[in-house]
Amino acid sequence: MIHSLFLINCSGDIFLEKHWKSVVSQSVCDYFFEAQEKAADVENVPPVISTPHHYLISIYRDKLFFVSVIQTEVPPLFVIEFLHRVADTFQDYFGECSEAAIKDNVVIVYELLEEMLDNGFPLATESNILKELIKPPTILRSVVNSITGSSNVGDTLPTGQLSNIPWRRAGVKYTNNEAYFDVVEEIDAIIDKSGSTVFAEIQGVIDACIKLSGMPDLSLSFMNPRLLDDVSFHPCIRFKRWESERVLSFIPPDGNFRLISYRVSSQNLVAIPVYVKHCISFKENSSCGRFDITIGPKQNMGKTIEGITVTVHMPKVVLNMNLTPTQGSYTFDPVTKVLTWDVGKITPQKLPSLKGLVNLQSGAPKPEENPSLNIQFKIQQLAISGAPLSSLAAMDPVTASCAGKTKSLHSSFLPSSPIPPSTENEDSEVPLQLHRHRFGSSWFLLFLKVRT
Amino acid sequence: MTDSKYFTTTKKGEIFELKAELNSDKKEKKKEAVKKVIASMTVGKDVSALFPDVVNCMQTDNLELKKLVYLYLMNYAKSQPDMAIMAVNTFVKDCEDPNPLIRALAVRTMGCIRVDKITEYLCEPLRKCLKDEDPYVRKTAAVCVAKLHDINAQLVEDQGFLDTLKDLISDSNPMVVANAVAALSEIAESHPSSNLLDLNPQSINKLLTALNECTEWGQIFILDCLANYTPKDDREAQSICERVTPRLSHANSAVVLSAVKVLMKFMEMLSKDLDYYGTLLKKLAPPLVTLLSAEPELQYVALRNINLIVQKRPEILKHEMKVFFVKYNDPIYVKLEKLDIMIRLASQANIAQVLAELKEYATEVDVDFVRKAVRAIGRCAIKVEQSAERCVSTLLDLIQTKVNYVVQEAIVVIKDIFRKYPNKYESVIATLCENLDSLDEPEARAAMIWIVGEYAERIDNADELLESFLEGFHDESTQVQLQLLTAIVKLFLKKPTETQELVQQVLSLATQDSDNPDLRDRGYIYWRLLSTDPVAAKEVVLAEKPLISEETDLIEPTLLDELICYIGTLASVYHKPPSAFVEGGRGVVHKSLPPRTASSESTESPETAPAGAPSGEQPDVIPTQGDLLGDLLNLDLGPPVSGPPLATSSVQMGAVDLLGGGLDSLIGGPNFVAPPAAAVPANLGASMGSGLSDLFDLTSGVGTLSGSYVAPKAVWLPAMKAKGLEISGTFTRQVGSISMDLQLTNKALQVMTDFAIQFNRNSFGLAPAAPLQVHAPLSPNQTVEISLPLNTVGSVMKMEPLNNLQVAVKNNIDVFYFSTLYPLHILFVEDGKMDRQMFLATWKDIPNENEAQFQIRDCPLNAEAVSSRLQSSNIFTVAKRNVEGQDMLYQSLKLTNGIWVLAELRIQPGNPSFMFILRASTSGEGSQAGSTLPAQSPTRGLIP
Repeated sequence: MIHSLFLINCSGDIFLEKHWKSVVSQSVCDYFFEAQEKAADVENVPPVISTPHHYLISIYRDKLFFVSVIQTEVPPLFVIEFLHRVADTFQDYFGECSEAAIKDNVVIVYELLEEMLDNGFPLATESNILKELIKPPTILRSVVNSITGSSNVGDTLPTGQLSNIPWRRAGVKYTNNEAYFDVVEEIDAIIDKSGSTVFAEIQGVIDACIKLSGMPDLSLSFMNPRLLDDVSFHPCIRFKRWESERVLSFIPPDGNFRLISYRVSSQNLVAIPVYVKHCISFKENSSCGRFDITIGPKQNMGKTIEGITVTVHMPKVVLNMNLTPTQGSYTFDPVTKVLTWDVGKITPQKLPSLKGLVNLQSGAPKPEENPSLNIQFKIQQLAISGAPLSSLAAMDPVTASCAGKTKSLHSSFLPSSPIPPSTENEDSEVPLQLHRHRFGSSWFLLFLKVRT
Repeated sequence: MTDSKYFTTTKKGEIFELKAELNSDKKEKKKEAVKKVIASMTVGKDVSALFPDVVNCMQTDNLELKKLVYLYLMNYAKSQPDMAIMAVNTFVKDCEDPNPLIRALAVRTMGCIRVDKITEYLCEPLRKCLKDEDPYVRKTAAVCVAKLHDINAQLVEDQGFLDTLKDLISDSNPMVVANAVAALSEIAESHPSSNLLDLNPQSINKLLTALNECTEWGQIFILDCLANYTPKDDREAQSICERVTPRLSHANSAVVLSAVKVLMKFMEMLSKDLDYYGTLLKKLAPPLVTLLSAEPELQYVALRNINLIVQKRPEILKHEMKVFFVKYNDPIYVKLEKLDIMIRLASQANIAQVLAELKEYATEVDVDFVRKAVRAIGRCAIKVEQSAERCVSTLLDLIQTKVNYVVQEAIVVIKDIFRKYPNKYESVIATLCENLDSLDEPEARAAMIWIVGEYAERIDNADELLESFLEGFHDESTQVQLQLLTAIVKLFLKKPTETQELVQQVLSLATQDSDNPDLRDRGYIYWRLLSTDPVAAKEVVLAEKPLISEETDLIEPTLLDELICYIGTLASVYHKPPSAFVEGGRGVVHKSLPPRTASSESTESPETAPAGAPSGEQPDVIPTQGDLLGDLLNLDLGPPVSGPPLATSSVQMGAVDLLGGGLDSLIGGPNFVAPPAAAVPANLGASMGSGLSDLFDLTSGVGTLSGSYVAPKAVWLPAMKAKGLEISGTFTRQVGSISMDLQLTNKALQVMTDFAIQFNRNSFGLAPAAPLQVHAPLSPNQTVEISLPLNTVGSVMKMEPLNNLQVAVKNNIDVFYFSTLYPLHILFVEDGKMDRQMFLATWKDIPNENEAQFQIRDCPLNAEAVSSRLQSSNIFTVAKRNVEGQDMLYQSLKLTNGIWVLAELRIQPGNPSFMFILRASTSGEGSQAGSTLPAQSPTRGLIP
């Protein structure tokens, strides 16, 4: 199982180490540094490295390397998942997962790591439980602690630890019962020279923020669950109910969590909302070339396309670029040869374009590579897959007797859905009274790779 | 108010200052001081000098302080063992605390104190905690056993903790179950022989119940444990699969992959005709694809595993090619893996798309990736024959780009394409020659030289080209030198007149001026060949080369099957079995896929065909090139001689058993162990093989038995396959007549009548000599025993394997089909003793290709005993000689179809290993069984 953990920053300093069994010398990380040097780019460091006596499994998150040391045959995915969970926990506790945040809270970090793993076996990784065991730092609490001398370590057994719903803490109480759901869909698409889609798939997630009292039991249904090709559930979701009725039924954890992630791969469903006109050419026997790209909306479904960024990996022989954008700003990094153009919004009246000259190394042969354009943008309030949420029903078995009358709940958004808001939930059971509930903003991010 | 303040004390007397603070009366100050100590510890500073002072703070009601002190203790107890004893009392006390959190914390911490002296004191508290009323404490204690075992294994065994741990598998709380499984698995890893995780249907059921309710990590432990279980039949396998399938939708990718492992393994047992088999295949694809949308590190591990899965069961992902298209922001290690899988999935249906993608990749920026993409195009050409032309033209396009490394890579792969499709694409040679000057990498130069040498007769200026390489001969790498030497010799043999000088030059360069032994040797060999016998030289140098195939880069089937059992582990990332890289003397248990238990083996799975027993279908593939006899021995006899064989598909297993198990068991003494049989207890072939091991035990009274050995009855047709009719049986040979002893059991609720039996055509023409006589109707739960006489006059058709017999049984309900393997010894006729002179002549007549040699180990018998035992199975000793202390037995046997098999058995007294040399004649009048018969019959013939 997991033996030790080293946290390493980008400049190669080991700034934290934790050992769950015997102490492993820091020198084991030399193998990691070696691999890092070889990889050139930090993102390209292989995740599994073998050394004479250990294996190093690492992840790269937020400019930090989490390097774990293992000695026996362990599922690497287990380790990688765990490391990501550690990073998530730091993020959750300190608001950011950075070297500074970790150093500022080193004792809490240490306590957390101790709670998360015992002898290399994961112990408590649910944020709800951890927060009961070790209170997250807040300014108020540290002030109070320093005055009263109380600690930020809980001294009761977290109730969730052994119940059938280990993800939820007991005795949650809110005056305003609120539930928020954010649907974020991303499209990964590869488009060839002629503009036709080579490959496209939608990755969607539903992130929830639930602030409900007691033990709420929620059911969430999709408009079009058939569209989903594959789903990955948070452990709280009842699989049987999904299998039979295609309804997400669950007792949620308290606070923020990812409820489900899904994938839609039918590419005929995916209409790419932008198009790109491009002309990149290099003259034979001359040290310059022309560069011209224009972006326009294809079908925007009445929504504005915003946050457009274009990145282009230019060939190595490119020395510099002299361009004029009609809107936004551009940068060219002569070291990595990456051109970044921050476009902003598209207004159909005037299509944004970027034109100019490319300076090449003199004497170098004409570059053969075709740079590919990577375009990112977002559209708010649009779920491109057409499988967004349709309704939410909540009930609390504990408070059912004292709760109020049936109340219908609807989504406030559903841009591309023709479904009228009349899916009244006349549940015979009394639902938990929700004060507010929202299917939050749906983002539609697109990673587009256009080949020139 | 952040913890960074703890790092700020950098003054000289830091330790001293901390010491004072630790001994302060004020609680607050104490806690702050301990925090400072911990902070120093986290960055690797040595604060062990403060040990006594920190331990003094342990007796406190403040839980946070207690935890901090525990943290410190765990880190430094090892370096201060004497001081650590001071902490024991507190642990013992804390284990009695009313608060379960404190009890658990104490039991958790004390296991982490790796000091031998202390461990003894911890046994009592641990025992209590293992039986604690609170499951939280129990689950923590379970892990503590594993910790203690790591420190002092003997102590744990003596104290009986392992049994307690086993009991915890039946605990009512799923978390406790999961942790007990995790602890036992870890302990079992260091003791591979111990039978700690003794799984039976009851415990499996408990695990499956716990699986639904425990945490994600617990699910991983349980799934990995389940994967080690071998279900008793396909029904059980299916029910486990059904209960594991929901895990495929888990958000934790490690859970998903562990579930995939269980399913991939148990699927092996399911019949392909089952509807459920198809459903399962369909269910596996989406989660595998979803793994690719996770973080890049997860993707990498997933891709390495998918690589194995697509080799084992390409049908799962055959429609998902596009998800492996490379994305712009993939890290390089993900890109390279995706490329590999794309080639594996390439087929005629999608080759156009794949090629278009690969061509794009070949113009990307990253050099490594571009090279691999170019290679991939070559591999596609070799794999998908229909696309070869397209691939070649794509490669030519790429060569036109003149990008140096692209050109070199392209030339290397074109060489491979030439080897796969000789005399087809030579028109491109001209284009290749244009780029001769730009080649600076040895591999590309060597490839180009090979091409020039191979097609020297079609290249007008081949001599000039090769001469140009010769100028800098000594600066070339060995690879290029060797290639150049061979190419010039080829050229000389093709155009001897104008190249004499050139060949002289290269031979002298290679033999006289070089100090590389390989090069010199090759040079001398060519020289002598050319000077003594140019015709022979031509035959040697210009010999037809075996074609290469895509299979050369596939993982070897036995290894693949083993790796499938290791999905999700490091072994799957390295594509090596754990024994190849797990360090230490820990023996690693080889895992193998379970065999299919269903008796209908007649439908041989298509994808195991290349993996299976040697077949004559792919003579153009390097792995199976050469004569069949060699193959048979390499593939099937290799494993049992060198180590435990790895079970693969049951079809192949049968072959291994027949040969391996059979050979071992041939003379198997009391200490005989049959490794393949152990691996496949339910396998028919195995039961036959291991049954044969009894042959000698049973017949130990020398020559007392008149008939040959009879294997115990095995179930041929299970009731669930035949609407309640169960058939088991065996074959016997007694005084010249063969019979099939059948036992029919009616497990249905209705009476069965009107039985009839029919055999399909088979290799030796076995057929029923009389109709199947069941005199009375078979009522429910009744069993009847029938001996069906057989003859060998039926029609003949070669079967695969050779001794396969397909049988149809009819009754009033339906017709049922099954197939079984009959032991070859029932075909050995009584007049199989050959005359001595005849033996000598025949032995010489049989060509060497028909000879097989192998060793039989661990046989304690002497020549006499061996001879008499073999005789009872109609293998006759023709002559016996003693040469240089070795007993040589010359033996013969004759098959019912008249084929003679001759054998020479060398026995060295005192050495339990025997050497066997076998020859088989095909001259018998009934050699209808085709060309593989000589290869098959001698080895099979040995079994009895």
